[in-house]
Amino acid sequence: MTFLQFAFYVFGAALVFAAGMVVTIRNPVKSALFLVLAFFSAACVWITLQAEFLAIVLVLVYVGAVMVLFLFVVMMLDIDLAKLRAGFTRYLPIGGLVAVLLVAEIALVMYGSFDTGEYRAPVAYGVEYSNTEALGAQIYTQYVYAFEIAALILLVAIIAAIALTMRRRPNNKYNNPSAQVRVKRADRLRIVKMDSVLPTAPISVTEPTTESIPEQD
Amino acid sequence: MMHEFYFAWTGWLPEAIQTTSWIVIKIMAILLPLMLCVAYFTFAERKVIGYMQTRVGPNRVGPKGWLQPIADALKLLMKEIIIPTKSNKFLFLIAPILSLAPALAAWAVMPFTDFLVLADIDASLLYVLALTSMGVYGVIIAGWASNSKYAFLGAMRSAAQIVAYEIAMGFALVGVLMVAGSLNLREIVLHQSGGFWQWYFLPLFPLFIVYFISGVAETNRAPFDVAEGESEIVAGFHVEYSGMAFAVFFLAEYANMLLIAALTVLMFLGGWLPPVDVAPFIWMPPLFWFGIKTAFVAFFFLWFRATFPRYRYDQIMRLGWKVLIPVTLVWIAVIGLGKFYTPFGYIFQ
Repeated sequence: MTFLQFAFYVFGAALVFAAGMVVTIRNPVKSALFLVLAFFSAACVWITLQAEFLAIVLVLVYVGAVMVLFLFVVMMLDIDLAKLRAGFTRYLPIGGLVAVLLVAEIALVMYGSFDTGEYRAPVAYGVEYSNTEALGAQIYTQYVYAFEIAALILLVAIIAAIALTMRRRPNNKYNNPSAQVRVKRADRLRIVKMDSVLPTAPISVTEPTTESIPEQD
Repeated sequence: MMHEFYFAWTGWLPEAIQTTSWIVIKIMAILLPLMLCVAYFTFAERKVIGYMQTRVGPNRVGPKGWLQPIADALKLLMKEIIIPTKSNKFLFLIAPILSLAPALAAWAVMPFTDFLVLADIDASLLYVLALTSMGVYGVIIAGWASNSKYAFLGAMRSAAQIVAYEIAMGFALVGVLMVAGSLNLREIVLHQSGGFWQWYFLPLFPLFIVYFISGVAETNRAPFDVAEGESEIVAGFHVEYSGMAFAVFFLAEYANMLLIAALTVLMFLGGWLPPVDVAPFIWMPPLFWFGIKTAFVAFFFLWFRATFPRYRYDQIMRLGWKVLIPVTLVWIAVIGLGKFYTPFGYIFQ
């Protein structure tokens, strides 16, 4: 067994373990953290399969951004663990059935047509071969329309998501940043010229030289 | 040369152990100087900010205070680690590690000179970006596992801030790779050879500024240090930490600062290359140029901390989403159009 194979099995085992924990562990925050571990292990497996660009992008997008937002939401939820526990046994038969069906389907496909002669191991390219460059060349030449359409769909989804959350509540307090940025000293502060006076004993309370005016928006 | 010598010397060991131990030695050769730099960077920070505030800073431990970081490390090692009641013990202890590990792992692809690099991988720029984006987990988990409201507030602030500034940072790097035509940090530096007017900070000036501001925000440093916010939420995400667990957070923050400084040097300031290719400058070793440039950029972190008041939270968000990201988007379009559709394409080559 070469080191690469050893690494593959270690990361593969970590991936399966983490994926199992995601669905079995009770605490939702820990579940989300196991999902992070699952993504990261998957990325490591991909690196051993020479797909380093996809692996890094998986870490960058899913681990670095999507799961952060996910955790963000899950941490703020107030979840009653007892309620979750009650549902587990009730849904176990149907969940188990789905799992068995999935495994059966995969087994059917694998034993029917999956042939190691047909799907041989990827060609081991040298150090000079750039996976990232090869992928880029494919995306921007052969699949450029599919790529652009996917980008457009994502853009529409972003706009839709923002439009859905843009609700103006009447008593909502918000400030106007551009007005705040444009504020000059003269808007807030008045400098009063005063003649200097020799102190006379006892020192009397004098008027303040500057005074602030309440903020105007 | 060292490589052959080591392998000849340890020839009696099995090959797997030989390879592994050689990698471990190389990792040590990076981490030990890095840790020393981090320790003395904390000392530099106290000294620099001290002089900026017309104090002298620490000057009691050792000659002129030079043993201060070692004394600090010893003190933190001796201290008790207090685990708050009803906190999640495992996550509480793993959070500092999760925050330090990406900060150190990113140095694996750092080309200190043309040949001094541990892993000269093809997509090292993406690798660094991916790893720095993972540093946020340490902060979030620390905030949640502490079972403290201040810590949680700090974690929430930090998560939103880092996600926002990562986008601007990523787009700034897109500009760099468009001009360099490579994702490999070593090649990016080599593209900048020929004097300081070839360095990318000139054609990519807006991206250079955006990258550095985002870097300051990503490391939760002043003026973007709302995650710690001493005056509002005590110390934010690490309020419950003490002793070595706290020290590890501290190490991660300073290692990240040096990382951002080094990356800025590699991508915009010509890495290990001398500013002018003439006699006195090319005699200096490349490592010297890399070090002096990194120190120069790292100095800005300290300067910012001593100079700027903390940003208000909504202003941080506004700056990230509505100022920095549009700037990068516009400049990427400028590079793309300028490089291929105008006679001024040579600027972006």
